[in-house]
Amino acid sequence: MGMTIAEKIIALAAGVPAAKAGEIHTVELDYLMSNDGTTHLTVGMYNELKHPRIADKKKLVWIVDHNVPCDSVKTAASQKKMRDFARANGITFYEGEGVCHQVMAEKYVAPGQLIFGADSHTCSYGALGAFGTGVGCTDYLYGMVTGTSWVLVPETLRFNLHGKLRDGVTARDLMLTIIGRISANGANYMAMEFGGAGLHSLTMSDRFSICNLAVEAGAKTALMEVDDATMAFLEEHGGRAPKACFAPDEDAEYAKVYDIDLGEIVPVVAKPHFVDNVCPVSELEEEVKINEAFLGSCNNGRLQELRLGAEIIKGKKVAPGVRFLVVPASRDVYRDALEEGILDTFMEAGAIVMNPNCSVCWGSCQGVIGEGEVLVSTGTRNFKGRAGHKDSFVYLASAATVTASAIAGKIVTADEL
Amino acid sequence: METFEGKVWLLGDDIDTDIIIPTEYLALKTVQDMAPYAFSPLRPELAGQITPGDIIVAGKNFGCGSSREQAPEVIKALGIRCVIAGSFARIFFRNAINNGLLLIENADLHDAVAEGDRIEVRVGSEILAGGRSFPISSLPQNLLDILEAGGLVKAMQKLNGIR
Amino acid sequence: MGATLIEKIIRRNTGIGTAKAGDIVTVNASRVMIHDIFIPFVADKFEEMGFKKIWDPDKVVLIYDHLVPASQIDDTRHFKVGDAFAEKYGPIHVHRSDGICHQLMPELGYVKPGDVVFGTDSHTVTYGCVGAFSTGIGYTEMASILGTGKLWIRVPETIRVNVNGQLPDGVTAKDVILTIIGDLRADGATYQSLEFIGDTFDHMSVDSRMTISNMTVEAGAKCGLFKPDLRTALYSGLEDDEVLEALIPDDDAVYARVLNYRAEDFEPVMACPSQVDNIHPVRELAEKDIAVDQVFIGSCTNGRLEDLEAAAAVLYGQHVAPFVKLIVTPASRSIYRRAADAGILDVLMEAGAIVTHPSCGLCCGRTGGILTDGEVVVATNNRNFLGRMGTSKVQIYLSSPITAATCALTGKITVPEGVD
Repeated sequence: MGMTIAEKIIALAAGVPAAKAGEIHTVELDYLMSNDGTTHLTVGMYNELKHPRIADKKKLVWIVDHNVPCDSVKTAASQKKMRDFARANGITFYEGEGVCHQVMAEKYVAPGQLIFGADSHTCSYGALGAFGTGVGCTDYLYGMVTGTSWVLVPETLRFNLHGKLRDGVTARDLMLTIIGRISANGANYMAMEFGGAGLHSLTMSDRFSICNLAVEAGAKTALMEVDDATMAFLEEHGGRAPKACFAPDEDAEYAKVYDIDLGEIVPVVAKPHFVDNVCPVSELEEEVKINEAFLGSCNNGRLQELRLGAEIIKGKKVAPGVRFLVVPASRDVYRDALEEGILDTFMEAGAIVMNPNCSVCWGSCQGVIGEGEVLVSTGTRNFKGRAGHKDSFVYLASAATVTASAIAGKIVTADEL
Repeated sequence: METFEGKVWLLGDDIDTDIIIPTEYLALKTVQDMAPYAFSPLRPELAGQITPGDIIVAGKNFGCGSSREQAPEVIKALGIRCVIAGSFARIFFRNAINNGLLLIENADLHDAVAEGDRIEVRVGSEILAGGRSFPISSLPQNLLDILEAGGLVKAMQKLNGIR
Repeated sequence: MGATLIEKIIRRNTGIGTAKAGDIVTVNASRVMIHDIFIPFVADKFEEMGFKKIWDPDKVVLIYDHLVPASQIDDTRHFKVGDAFAEKYGPIHVHRSDGICHQLMPELGYVKPGDVVFGTDSHTVTYGCVGAFSTGIGYTEMASILGTGKLWIRVPETIRVNVNGQLPDGVTAKDVILTIIGDLRADGATYQSLEFIGDTFDHMSVDSRMTISNMTVEAGAKCGLFKPDLRTALYSGLEDDEVLEALIPDDDAVYARVLNYRAEDFEPVMACPSQVDNIHPVRELAEKDIAVDQVFIGSCTNGRLEDLEAAAAVLYGQHVAPFVKLIVTPASRSIYRRAADAGILDVLMEAGAIVTHPSCGLCCGRTGGILTDGEVVVATNNRNFLGRMGTSKVQIYLSSPITAATCALTGKITVPEGVD
């Protein structure tokens, strides 16, 4: 019987000829990423161990990205715990380099790898044909000590992409549409595998946006076939060699197969307070006035999205009273955007340009919204209270829609400006 | 002239406004919400120990730093009857008068009392502590006018004919 | 009898030709500034006082800077209250994310030489850099000025500070003012005006003068004044010389005290924990091997283009020490844009800096790099009070941007290169 990409990667990591959905395998992990959201807890647990050891410190990558620069004495203490441990144990450590998933994609992830991250959006790495999945502190600690873990081989949902996205429609609109269609638990425990001719029309940035949101449908991971664009990305980012480039077998077994015509996708929003509460922007029942707009995050803070926003806002101004936060996803993205004049365009328009970090998407540290306020965001989640006050409202939309909304002061598509 | 007695809390020189009320708590909605955090960087337990009618005795330059008016307000909210210091920073001084918090300058008292001592204040005349008298001067007339009106808000209300 | 600079400004403002130190006079506000932290309190008091309108809305500037970007759930309430107040009593000038109030006021021309300006912030003294009398007040007094346009003040005595000569390499305006504060002590100029005169200041940029005026409140001063000159005229876009001529202190002015310095005697210094007047030469501190966890370059004291440029010159082509955080917060939107355009931000980013949006940032201690017990920060702002940037066990050292950038490179307190 043939294998899906997820099955192939797990088989390779487990050192077995084949793996099949439903099996449990012990796998060798390629990297273990952890950020300041939880690392201090992992360190606390590690220090309680009778025989603490780190299997291979080269596999550990620790990234402070959630609260940068630090916004409270509490987070300062937890970040110090993380920093001190990294320093004492020679662990690769970044602070202020950018959102962890973007930093991992730029510097570490390669096709065929199996990576654990102590963060749910680790599924982003599927854009590079790597199996990334989010884990809790206990799983992380086990991996850190042994270099291995057990995984339940997931079933796979297959998405065959056809055609091309229309102008003004983004990969984020596509993925939100898919989540709306299959629902927030439509891919629970499963892998979402993307392929087909339509995939090749998507940029790497598009692919990261898509895989990143897979967890919002409940998926364990997302995976994409490796093509020329993937290889070009690796070449541009230090020339990393793939561990293995997998395509699914023709007779691979899928839980379900979807065929998606990219040409049918339209600009959408995910309305409060669920990521699958999706509707076309044109079908919003009433005018949605906004207090804040956010362009950034591991989902949508790359050069492509910043460029898109800058093109829309060039020569225009942020609506009075609206806070428009623009947050590049990494130091490299920031510097490229600086050089291209993109950040200046945003600054000229009256936006708030912050240092690379999780920012508004994480709901603390920067751009926290108050009672009754409305945020339109390119972040990953719109759960109740995610961006600040428990009685506030988050709409998820594309970089184009978010930027257009910042200018209009209400949710609109770029075409409506 | 008014006379009262109170228990002394003794603080040092240069008690700044960040000590009196740290920035972290400035966005709390009311001064009452902030009061428990008064003096927290220096003596976190102090705000809970102060009882109404107590007196703060400090060294020189009390209230130096920012213009935050919450500084005299939290002191007043804690029930402090008056602050006696070697000297006061100027913005703090104005803010205290405008909010009706009595300030008294005396350079010698600080070294002559201990925390917990009871002292007597005869406003505009002297302080009695441990059997000694410490003379104090009275305020300029324009400040007395504001104090007399009950603070600047009331003075302005009078100006606007609503009182 | 001659007049000091502050006496000249007050005479000009009040029309009382004889006003002198010690007099209590009522001045007319040329401009007022309110920032985001205090606007809800000002708005409340204004209405409580029974005012129905602002005396002159055009003279009111509302600036959001302490809470930008909002880091706590209730922060945006301040913007909401501010916007509503502006809507109801405006049109007033509102800046929602353009930078730090004290940078914007002179930079955008809201303050001109000879003006009398009040702000709800102690560092309002900054505008003395252009020869304006400006000082911090509380929100109750601000509310009363919004209604009346006036405030009583006691005309301050003046301490004259003469500095002549050329500052050594690596020594900046920040080292000058820190040294002076160390000599005066934190209360040495309480209620008084500081007047800075001498060819060292004549050759200083308005930006550097701003650093000096900004910190005068740390010696307790009511204001810190520079005689406006051609540099000021250029900076402030003055069209005639009347003000410049009117604002020269008289030779026979009466001073409470005169301090004399030779510029050549200054050296890089730091304010050590936890008082601004606890001043020590960097060369003495460097011998103690003090490890630094974080460096902050920014604030209304030292977040200007020349400060960022000086830091970039130190950091160019190098990287900050491992595990050391360097946070850079430009003082205004226009400074950010000019620094970006000049390639300064990229040099800083390449060196590992975290560059944030222009705001008060770490200086006001609400976000922007808060620290915890046992950590050491070298910062270019104006205060190192206990607990100002985190817990009360954080050690804060204040320095110039050159010294700060040098410490970021080495990871410990270090004398800048090129200093004898």
